Amino acid sequence: MKKDDYHFKIANREALIGVGLVVFNFIWWFAFAYGLGSKDPAEYTYVFGFPAWFFYSCILGFIIMAVLVTFIVRKFFTEIPFEDEGDNK
Amino acid sequence: MTLEAIIPLFIFLVIIFVVGVLAGRNLKASSNFLNDYFLGGRSMGGFVLAMTMTATYGSASSFIGGPGVAYNEGLGWVLLAMSQVVTGYFVLMILGKKFAIVTRRYNAVTMVDFLKERYRSKWVVLFSAISIIIFLFSAMAAQWIGGARLIESLTGLSYTAALFIFALSVLVYVTIGGFRAVALTDAIQGTIMFVGTLVLLIATIIAGGGISEIMADLTAENPNLVTPFGAEGTLTPAYVSSFWILVGVGVVALPQIAVRAMSYKNSQSMHRAIIIGTIVVGFIMLNMHLIGVFARPILPGIEVGDKVMPLIALEAMPPWLAGIVLTAPMAAIMSTVDSLLLLVSSTIVKDVYLNYIQPKASHTRVKRMSIGITAVLGIIVFLMALNPPELIIWLNLFAFGGLEAAFIWPIVMGLYWRKGNKYGALVSMIVGVGLYILSDTFFPQPLGLHSVVLPVVFSFVAYVMVSLATQKKNAGI
Repeated sequence: MKKDDYHFKIANREALIGVGLVVFNFIWWFAFAYGLGSKDPAEYTYVFGFPAWFFYSCILGFIIMAVLVTFIVRKFFTEIPFEDEGDNK
Repeated sequence: MTLEAIIPLFIFLVIIFVVGVLAGRNLKASSNFLNDYFLGGRSMGGFVLAMTMTATYGSASSFIGGPGVAYNEGLGWVLLAMSQVVTGYFVLMILGKKFAIVTRRYNAVTMVDFLKERYRSKWVVLFSAISIIIFLFSAMAAQWIGGARLIESLTGLSYTAALFIFALSVLVYVTIGGFRAVALTDAIQGTIMFVGTLVLLIATIIAGGGISEIMADLTAENPNLVTPFGAEGTLTPAYVSSFWILVGVGVVALPQIAVRAMSYKNSQSMHRAIIIGTIVVGFIMLNMHLIGVFARPILPGIEVGDKVMPLIALEAMPPWLAGIVLTAPMAAIMSTVDSLLLLVSSTIVKDVYLNYIQPKASHTRVKRMSIGITAVLGIIVFLMALNPPELIIWLNLFAFGGLEAAFIWPIVMGLYWRKGNKYGALVSMIVGVGLYILSDTFFPQPLGLHSVVLPVVFSFVAYVMVSLATQKKNAGI
């Protein structure tokens, strides 16, 4: 049962990381979209042809999430076996 | 449409067909048929897992409907669509290793198996199984109609003939190949979706004279098209944000997605799938919806949103390339339909028949039942899609939201909260589905939110309160 607790502890931690990533993702997406996008379209600035709000919220936001997810999974996710080994079945 | 454009579509269908049939071959020697047929023997690697999740999720609505709405609403709809990036990592992280370990221990083959072992309640199982069969069957019928319409509009065949071609190609490989065939063909279909949208996006940008030019044209037509608020300014932040629940985190509770979170081989394949899945989902959703927006200045005045995607492909590219790229929406539809078909079949065979009708069925009988039910279901959907009943269309509207409202807490809290019990789960499911259908029918957009949000909140409250209130009762048993 000890090994069980250890495995579930890892699983719980990784689920919490998932929640944390969603919260971060949402704040980034929301803040740039409505922070920069709420003014008059005539005053918009443009990045690579896109309105700045769209570029930062949707394009950069996606790239940041992809990099962050890759980094976190590589760095903080632990490999554990899924099968019950041996005779504890 | 010219012959040059039709040929790639048929080559695609043939390849999918062959791969599906080949994948089914090793089922013959299987010693654990149910596990192999409905779950691919839990052997999926990272790439196939990521692709099958993405492709199952990216359906007719995101591939045909999505660009059409983006065409009419502008960048605000792309913003909304980007809430789906979340599905790439959230599903596998939240169900995660706990789901993998627990479902292996329970020997669960379906999501309902998990609920059955976790809550040990006949009513939870029956209510779940019935919701899955009703909702997903309707969703599946709607997708078949979409698939047939697409073939119809691309080839000029009649609707019936188009439906027949579509049904035959899907039905054969799903029926004889099971989950492995579905996952492998999904991997091919997902790759086509990925490459197809990229090629089409580039062609569209070139046809529109560059991004700056397109943005200037859009602003000149209606400045709202380049704001986050939609063409009429009706996309409020609250409404758009609530799609984070419907098409973002809520996706965890869709049975066809959750079942994939028990199909992978090991931690390593899960890790790889999270990374690949996030990139692929985000990339496809961004490109797909941008194509819809960018198509507007190039082809103004398209009235039927569903036609934006095929028309822009034919406008911006030579016919043979358009034909290849237009296999992408075909792939999106097929990869969703095949998974739904298998899932409804597994619900009937495993969750209803083996649980309550004939628990002692022999190996051969289970095998015959599984293949038989899958085929019969396919034929029923085919007949329904020929002349779709109103009820199916109506139910399809509720399919995803309804399943999310029903299952999100029984699954997530069932995994992570020990005190959750069958009373909480059952009340939570009934409150979720009931409230969602009522709210969507009578109070669409309560408080400016999408109608799925409040039912998800209330079903959470119901789950926790009822579970806590019945602690003693449960302990006494």
